[in-house]
This record gives sequence, C-alpha cells and structure tokens, in this order.
Amino acid sequence: MSEIRTPLLHVENLKQHFKISRKFTTKAVDGISFDIYEGETYGLVGESGSGKSTTGRSIIRLYEPTDGKIIFDGHDISGKLSKEDEKFLRTNMQMIFQDPMACLNPRKKVSQIIAEGLEIHHLCKSKQEIEERVADVLDKVGLSKEQGTRFPHQFSGGQRQRVGIARALVMNPKLVIADECISALDVSIQAQVVNLMKDIQEETGTTYLFIAHDLSMVKYISNRIGVMHLGHIVETGTTDEIFENPIHPYTRSLLSAIPHPNPVVEKARRAITYNKDEEGVDYEAGYEHVLSETHKVLATDEEFEKWTKK
Amino acid sequence: METVKRNKDDRVLYIRDLNISFQTAYGTVRAIRGVRLDLFKGETIAIVGESGSGKSVTVKTIMGILDSNGVIDSGQIIYRYKDENGEEQEVDLVKMSQKDIRYKLCGKHIAMVFQDPMTSLDPTMTIGKQIMEPMREHYNISYNEAKQKALDLLTEVGIDNPDKRFKQYPHELSGGMRQRVVIAIALACDPDILICDEPTTALDVTIQAKILELIKELQDKKGISVIYITHDLGVVAKVADYVAVMYAGRIVEKGKINEVFYDPRHPYTWGLLSSMPDTDTNSRRLYAIPGSPPNLMEKVPGDAFAARNKFALNIDYKEEPPMYDIGGQHRVASWLCDPRAPKVELPAELVEKLEKMKKEANINE
Repeated sequence: MSEIRTPLLHVENLKQHFKISRKFTTKAVDGISFDIYEGETYGLVGESGSGKSTTGRSIIRLYEPTDGKIIFDGHDISGKLSKEDEKFLRTNMQMIFQDPMACLNPRKKVSQIIAEGLEIHHLCKSKQEIEERVADVLDKVGLSKEQGTRFPHQFSGGQRQRVGIARALVMNPKLVIADECISALDVSIQAQVVNLMKDIQEETGTTYLFIAHDLSMVKYISNRIGVMHLGHIVETGTTDEIFENPIHPYTRSLLSAIPHPNPVVEKARRAITYNKDEEGVDYEAGYEHVLSETHKVLATDEEFEKWTKK
Repeated sequence: METVKRNKDDRVLYIRDLNISFQTAYGTVRAIRGVRLDLFKGETIAIVGESGSGKSVTVKTIMGILDSNGVIDSGQIIYRYKDENGEEQEVDLVKMSQKDIRYKLCGKHIAMVFQDPMTSLDPTMTIGKQIMEPMREHYNISYNEAKQKALDLLTEVGIDNPDKRFKQYPHELSGGMRQRVVIAIALACDPDILICDEPTTALDVTIQAKILELIKELQDKKGISVIYITHDLGVVAKVADYVAVMYAGRIVEKGKINEVFYDPRHPYTWGLLSSMPDTDTNSRRLYAIPGSPPNLMEKVPGDAFAARNKFALNIDYKEEPPMYDIGGQHRVASWLCDPRAPKVELPAELVEKLEKMKKEANINE
C-alpha cells in the first residue's frame, strides 16, 4: 500500500468544547487528527467520557465543531455549511445509534422509517422506486418485506438494530458512523450484527467509523484502530499493531481489561490500571511519535523512551 | 480445583420446579419452565442466557418484585436464614406474599444490584442518605451510628474521601462510582445473598474489571452468596464457581464452571462459547448462533433450541429432553447426551478454541 491514497475523510486538529459556565469549559475533544480511507473500517475506542462519541457527532455535524478541519470526499464540512455541502453531507454520511429503541420513531412503521431519508432528499422519482429500494435494503439486512409493515416495538433488540442499519444503508452512503451500535445487544446477537456489517461492506464497499468501548469486538471489524482518552487520540495503528505491540500505557490497560472466557486464566488475571495523573502523563505536551507508517503514539520524548524500553 | 465444597446443610437457597407465566393481552407467556437451582453459602453462581431467557424473572421472584401480571404456577423457592434471635428459619418464598418478602427479607437478607446505577439511585437524595436508609429502616439505629457505618461502607467499596462523597448527589459521580454506591447500599444490612443483575453492562471494560474484583473481595470478606445474571461469558469466567445456562425459560446446562467451560455438552453452550470474540485468533469472522429465540407465547413442542440447532435430532422436535447426569455436578438437558443418540462431532473451531483454553489453563485430561 505504498501509493498515496486520498482519504475519504480527513480530520485535522478537531476540537469540540462545551461551555458549561463562564468559568468552566469541557474540552470533550481536544485537537485530534486522523484519516479514513475508502472501503476500510476505522475503530475508535476508549472509555466513557473519552470523547469518542462526540467525535462521531461532530463529524456528522450534530454539533458545531469549535475548531479544526473536516474534509469529506473533497468537501470541507467544517465551519459554515453551504446548501450543496450540507446536502452532500446528509446524503452521503449516515449514522447508526446505540439504542435501537430510542432512535426509531415508535409511531411509524419500519418501512416508513427507512424511506424517510429518501423522501426528504427526493432521491427517488416515484413511490414505487422508494418501495423497491426499501424492500432491497430490508432483504440485505436479513429482514423480510412483510416485516416492513410492523412497528419498532414488535421487533427484538437485534432486529431493531438491523432496522437502524437498514435506515443508514438505504441512502447508499459513502461513510457510516456506527456509534456503539452493538453495545446494547446480547453477545450472540452482537456477533450476528458484526457479521452483517462486514458482509455489507464486502458487497457495497461502504466505509465505517466504528465507535465502541469493547476492544475485542472492534478487533473483528476494524482495519485500523484509534485509542482515545480524555479527548486525545493516544495511539493509532492497524489492528495488528495495536494488539501485538501496544506502546501507550492506556492502550495496554484497555487490552488487559478484556475478559477472557477461560475460567482458570481469568480468575488469576488482574487488569493493569492506568491513571494519567499518577503516571504523570501530559497529553498537552506530547506530540506524535511515528513507529511505522501507520502506527503512531502521542507522547513526549521521555515518555516515549520509557514506554518503548519495557 | 475444588473451590467450595457443596454440603446440603450449607444451602441458603434452593429452587425446585419453578414455573412462572405472564398474562399478556396476546395470551399467556410461559417465561420459566421448571427451573431447579441450588445456592450454597459463600458460593457464586452465574445464570447465563440471552435477553428473554427468563434469567431476570427468576431472580425477581426471589426478591418479590415480580411484575403484577406474573403468576407463579408451581414450584418452591426455599430460603434459609438466621433471624434476629439467631434461630434458623426456613421459608418458602413462593408461599409468602410479595409484600411480606419486601418487608421482611429484601434489603436485610437478600439484596440486589441493578444494571443501571443511574436509574437505581434516587437523584434527589444525597449518597449518604441513600446508604443510611436501609439501616435506619431495618435496624432502627440512630443517625450518627448509621452515618458512621455508611462512611465505613464507602471506604470499603473503594471510594476515597467518603466525608465529601457522603454529601454529594448521584449526578456528581461517574458511572463506576455510582455502581460502587449501589453496592454499598446493597451491603448496608449485611445480606446473606447478593443478586447482581448485569452489574457491569452499563459500564465500560476498564471499570467493569474493577467492579467485579470489588464484589469478589467483599464476598470473600463477608462470606455472602452471590447470584450473577449476565450474558457475558467473560464476566462469568472471572467470578463464578457454578454456572447455569438458561434458554427459553429452562436451564439447559449447569455445572461447575470448569465442567461447563472446558467440556460443554449442550449445542447452545457451544454456540455461546464460539460467539465470544477472542483476542488471539486470526479468524476474521465470528460465529453467530443463527435465528432468534422462540416465542414463548406458543407452546414449544420438543426442545426449544431445536430450530436453531444444526445438530438437532428428530426427537428434538417432538419431546423435551430430560436432564442428563454427565458426572460431577454437570447436568445437561439435550437429547445428544442420551446413550442412544448418534455421536456428534463438535464444530472444528470450537474444538480448537477449547484445546487452546485448556492449554492456557494447564488442564490435561
């Protein structure tokens, strides 16, 4: 992969601050940069409060980013949006949300929910075409056409999440942001949904930004992973690099926290704890150390030396 | 490997042939169908299953907080405890009214930790007041005494600066902290049984590990029995001594944790184990159990798992399998364990996974 690819999504120094009061501002996302290339899956992991969901929401412009540049397929979508850019963004970037019950309108039938985007953006010429596309996408996510006439409450959790995926996919988006889309599901259903998302990617070449806190699931779906903590991406690399050669202590603590379904091993295991202040890690002072073309760690020189020596 | 020796006299709770159904507008749902379970002193059991498999309903019955449309058709839940005078008491929770259970047992003898700490805490009361509430209610002790005990509990569950936290409200704490507070409340009256209903599902992995370690530590110190309800086999592996796998209202496989994890016999358990993501394997595809759980509104003929089971035999569609004794504590409800059943090869990936697990754990057969 030596040729220079242009990224589908280029995020540079993105900042998202929330003013709580005159004296206090929450810096949810504090200057992060990353690229997502076409057809790949970028996993964003971190604990709750690390700013990973905020990042997703800023990119799709559910928030007004405080600072930074977001370039999506050649269009600058940071700052004030022009009418065309907004339409381009809304039709080509879609989001799948965490709680499938909360994000589906309980008073609409599933087929209506899915068709809504098509209708708003006038993407189809006739009613019939809309119906066809809805039927197609329902089939793609493993639901039958008849199930489109039901209401969200008549489905199980896994099926509802499939509806959420169908709603995102019906627009043929270039990028799908999946915000913790499997966290609320049972383990066996999680596997079904992850496999479904992978199948769809193979078929249509959609790009995913996959946000989750569960590293073990992220491993199955992502090509590259970014680890976020307190508004900074502390480490980024390909899935293998992150899992086989984690440098940052926070990444290591995250990896150590994954439970193994092996009673004897699991009972003896203790998770590595990581406390930023105790270790004296300063994200503000750190800069990106490049280990390989894809593997980067946020650290100061001394920190980097200390972590790589171990 | 023997963790807790199971002695009949040490039983704190046992459930026999429990059947529960719910009356809904669409008909009767048979949510629990003949559950049998034992809980011993100081032991941890984990009930594993998908949502809708009836695991929450089982423990809700123990707590006397079954929904009003739920009916206990038959069965026994015998609970043994020491009352205030130190005398052994034995009660059948099925025969007690829900109100009686709540007034006499809940909080004091049986306590519960719920899934979401934000919804189980009262947002209008300070942390301190909420921890003191059960003690003041059940023991009638003075404010100062209760406060002292609440501060001790806060320290015990790993919250530093308890004096400051005592006066704070739930929204001022993080998710992990809130769950610690909930655990402190549950332990306020020194219960015999602690029921944890998915205590870590709402928390992220790093905090999950800490909370589980905390519960384990407190359990060892106080000698309480813990019932975990979860769908995460990683959590089960960490905490449980004994596992019961539930499917569609029945326990399909149960046994000591090593028996179930290293030698699973029920196809559903195979599926669950295979669908756990593994951080070391290079396979890019995850096994998923096909289909979804059956609708318990209709009477399920035969084995409820048959429709999703590629190893299903003809008899699975006709008759429900009995519990087979596999040896040790291991019991399995599957026709595949019948001596007349054909020999079935486990899926190759699972065999590989089990081999690797055994190797890591240094178990040789």
